[in-house]
This record gives sequence, structure tokens and C-alpha cells, in this order.
Amino acid sequence: MPEPRVIQFGYRRHSDQDRTAADAARHPVVVVGAGPVGLTLAIDLAQRGHGVVLLDDADRIGDGSRAICFSKRSLELWDRLGVGERMVEKGVVWKVGKIFLNDDMLYRFDLLPEDGHKMPAFINLQQYYAEAFLVDRVQELPQIDLRWRNKVVGLDQRNDHVVLAIDTPDGRYQLKADYVVACDGARSALRDFVGAEFSGEVFEDQFLIADVKMTAEFPTERWFWFDPPFHSGQSALLHRQPDDVWRIDLQLGPDADPAVERLPENVRPRIERMLGHAKFDFEWISIYKFQCRRMQRFVHERVIFAGDSAHQVSPFGARGANSGLEDAENVAWKLSLILRGRAPASLLDSYEIERSAAADENIRASTRSTDFIAPHSQQERRMRQAVLTLARETEFAKRMVNGGRLSTPSIYQSPLSTPDSDSWDAGPRPGAQMIDAPLATASGEPIYLTEVFRQGSGDFVLLRSGVGDNDLPGCHSIAIGEAAPLRDVSGLFAKRYDASEGAAYLLRPDGYVAARFRKPTHEAVEAAIARASAQPGALP
Amino acid sequence: MTLSTQSNFSDPDTAYRLVVEAHRGLSDEDSVSLDTALVLILANHIGDAEVLREAIALAKRQLSNATDKTASTGTQK
Repeated sequence: MPEPRVIQFGYRRHSDQDRTAADAARHPVVVVGAGPVGLTLAIDLAQRGHGVVLLDDADRIGDGSRAICFSKRSLELWDRLGVGERMVEKGVVWKVGKIFLNDDMLYRFDLLPEDGHKMPAFINLQQYYAEAFLVDRVQELPQIDLRWRNKVVGLDQRNDHVVLAIDTPDGRYQLKADYVVACDGARSALRDFVGAEFSGEVFEDQFLIADVKMTAEFPTERWFWFDPPFHSGQSALLHRQPDDVWRIDLQLGPDADPAVERLPENVRPRIERMLGHAKFDFEWISIYKFQCRRMQRFVHERVIFAGDSAHQVSPFGARGANSGLEDAENVAWKLSLILRGRAPASLLDSYEIERSAAADENIRASTRSTDFIAPHSQQERRMRQAVLTLARETEFAKRMVNGGRLSTPSIYQSPLSTPDSDSWDAGPRPGAQMIDAPLATASGEPIYLTEVFRQGSGDFVLLRSGVGDNDLPGCHSIAIGEAAPLRDVSGLFAKRYDASEGAAYLLRPDGYVAARFRKPTHEAVEAAIARASAQPGALP
Repeated sequence: MTLSTQSNFSDPDTAYRLVVEAHRGLSDEDSVSLDTALVLILANHIGDAEVLREAIALAKRQLSNATDKTASTGTQK
């Protein structure tokens, strides 16, 4: 079996390692784990001007068949970090999914039925490409100090910092950090060091995941089968990746022997039956049991957990890597405000509240999908069968068929949001992510709203319909209108934001809506910024 | 909306017969499958999760009532 693409990096000794434990170097932020979440977080913090030490116990990327589906939200985040376009260029863009029962299509869904967004609904891209592009970006940023083969082996929480013990090929050394973010994956060592549990549900059914290389004429869509003729009684998934690689996911049931099922001579006939030919090679084969688990709390004093270290889901719905990236973007701006002394440390409470609710939502959705795909009892199997057969002729049952509900950003019920006091017929409400829209500059150049947002200061942004007469201190503003620097030529901004003349949306540094006003005043906007930065007295 | 438990059919006997006759001649397995499909169809027609929740609770109470009876019969023997 050919190796998947692997990139090897070198360990390099750092001068921090020359210091004694008593004189350990101190850094504002240490991020542990250079996977997609850790790399993304380090870049976001660096772009906000902070020095970041990024530690990883390995020195290579590219092992295994891992995440492949990256959502629009993740792509918008990566675009802000300067790597979004490269991801889309290499990735396979898709938005249509089809669900089959036996040989018949039950229904199709379109995840982005409207135009006027810079980023597609989803791309498929092997995780090793995503990581490689992120590492390239890291290497452009002198603020990030990426240290391979630095394995955290101990952690000690002090009053105003954390001490990490780190093993390297040159022996052990210590580092101090104001904050540590643990992005070290589902088997997180840091989670053990803080003594936290990781509990939830393990699903009995086993799934075979194979990445196969072949030239095929299947369309670029997500295809999911219940009880297909080539894999009787089970489910199957087919999804295209770049480089003529296809992800195939076959349900094996609870009793399969993973050691036997993993053997290429046993996998090959199954996939030949599925594809109807034998002209393919394996890139990767593995057998999984899926789990949905989470930590009780994501913030342990000065150690913050993000991504799979904090919560784990089954892959149906692409909610693993995407939710980890949302964690990274949520924590980056909050840490930045805290480190700059513009917000109290208690701003991290909102990370806990917002991302904990998102984790619950993702676990709920992923558990429902997994239960539908792998029913627990005879009666659950009958229910599933009834839904699938009714779906042939009824709309309601089609909508109950659950082969994975694909990741969409959560709407935060957050103490940082200022509740609406005006009435709105549309538009992202406080706690929701901003919506992209196509705009034009005064000279007629097309530009997307998300691109304008990205050019902002990385701080709070006031998105205004029309030119306001007041500039707010400490708040970057984007004005859209007839006499403004940006024009809403398509009318989609006005429509998507229900933006009457003079209206304004206050966007957080992560692009979520903090507040919105029909007639913004200095005082109201400042109060909303104070509230969204958890200023003492500003929270209810 | 709350679950309506008053009699809604002008002719309850006909409604009962419709369901009974639907099961005539079916194996136990097919009967269960028929009921399963019926539950989904009717639940969607109601279209109210709260009403469905109340209906499930009412139906589940019958299970525990039935179990209680069996248990007490058992002790009498």
C-alpha cells in the first residue's frame, strides 16, 4: 500500500532549552499540538500581533485518513488567515449530497443554494494538505515559534502562569506561559495532566474507512447509501478528494473483526463490488468505532482545551475538524484582548459558554446520525426501515432520513451579545455569524464583504448601511451605500442584513454579530463593545 | 397545543375497526412494521413535538400499568 503524502520536518534546538528550570523562559501563549486547530490558532494569534510558541510531539504531518470536509465557515476563517484561497484551489468544491436506498435515489440536498458568497459550502481536502498549507503560512509569520519533537510531559498551574515540562531529543526543559491552549487531539495528554475526564458514548458498530486512488466519473457530490446492492444491509459513503483520491466509508456492523477486515485482500472485493471495477489502489485503510465524548469544562484555570482534546464526534456531518477550527477562532480574539489588557480574564468564560453549547449541538447531531445509520435495536431498525421506505413517496420521511447533518456554525446564546431592541425581518441576529455578500468599491472593483472584514483591524468592526456622521473611537467601520466607499451593487447586502439606511451591525473580531441597531448611537455601540469584551459592569 | 384525549371520532367503532382490519392476516412482524409506519405518518400529520411527547408519555403509562398488573397477578398465585 503506497504511503500517503508525508512531510517531514526537522527538530531544532531552541535557546530556551539552555535555561535552567528556575530560570525558564516565559511566553504569553503556548499552543500544544500542531494539527489543523493548533496551527490555525497560532496563525490567528500571530496575525493579532502575539508571540506564540507552538509545540508538537511529532515531526511530520500526513499520517492517516483523517478530516476531509472543510466547511464554508472554516474556509472563511482560513481566508482571514491568508490560506483560504489556496485551500479552495487545491480542494474539491462540492455542495450537493445524494442519499440512496438500494439503487434508488431518495433525495438530494444543496448546501449553498444561493450565489454571492466568496467561499463554497464545502471543500474536500486531505487533512495533510490543509496542515501543509497552514505550516507554510506559519513559516511566513516570525511571531510563531514552531517546535517539532517537543512533547509536553508535565504541567503545573501557578497563580499567574503555567509551567510546562517538555521532552525533546536533547532532553527535558521547562517553559512558563501566561496561557496554554491544548490542541493535542482526542488522546490529549494535557487533559490527563489537568485530571479531567473525557466521557460519552462509544458506538458499537465498526466502520471501514478507505482512501482509494482511481480515475472515476462519479460527480463531485456526497453519495450516501442505505442498504446498497454492493454492501447488503449496511451503509456506504463515497466522497471525492483531490488527486483522484476517493474516500469510501463502509459500515461493518458490531461483530466484524478489525484485524481481518483491514486486510487489503478482504477490503478489495467489497470495493470492487461498489465501484464495479478493480482499477484502483489503496492510499489508506483503517477500521473505526466512533465515539461522542466531551470534557465537562473546556477552561481549566490557564489551560484552555480546543478541538478534539475537548470534544469528539463521529464523522457523519463533518463536525470534528470544523468545530475545532471554530474553537480556535473563538479563543484567539479573546486571548488577544486579555493579553493586551483590553478585557479581563473572565472573557474566557464566554469561550466556555459558547463552545460548550456548540459541542453539545455537534454531539447531538452526530449522535442522531450515527444512531440512524447504526440502529441499536430491532425496533429502531424497523423505524429506520419505515422512514426509508416512506421516503420514496413522502416529503416528511425524506427529511427524517439521516445520513449526516452537515456542519453549520452555531448561533451563540452568549452573555457577550446585546439583545435586539429594534425589530428586524432578516439578517444575522446577535450571536450569529456574519453573512457574506458581494460588494463593489467606489471604482467598481468587485469585493466580498468577508474580504473587507478581513482587511479590518482584527478588532470590533461596525458594519454600517450608509455613511454615519459619527466615528466611534476604537472601532473600525465598514460603510456600504450610495455615497460610501463600498457599494451594494447587487442589493444582496441590504437584503441579507435587512439593512435600512443608517442601520449598523457590530461585529466581534471573529465575525460574529455582537449587536445591531437601526439608529446606532455612540453610547449604545460603546456599551455593546464593553459587553462583548466582558468589561466589569457591562455584563448583565 | 396539548394532546387531545376526548373522543374525536363521531363513530369511534369505525376508527377502531379500521386499525384492527389493517392488521388482519398479517404476521406479527408485519404488524409491528405496519404500526411503525403508521406512527411516523400520524406523528407527522400532528406535526407538534409537544403533543407527540405527551402521547408517548400516555402510551408509556399503559406499559407500566400493564407491568404492575402482571406483577400483582404473579404475587396472587
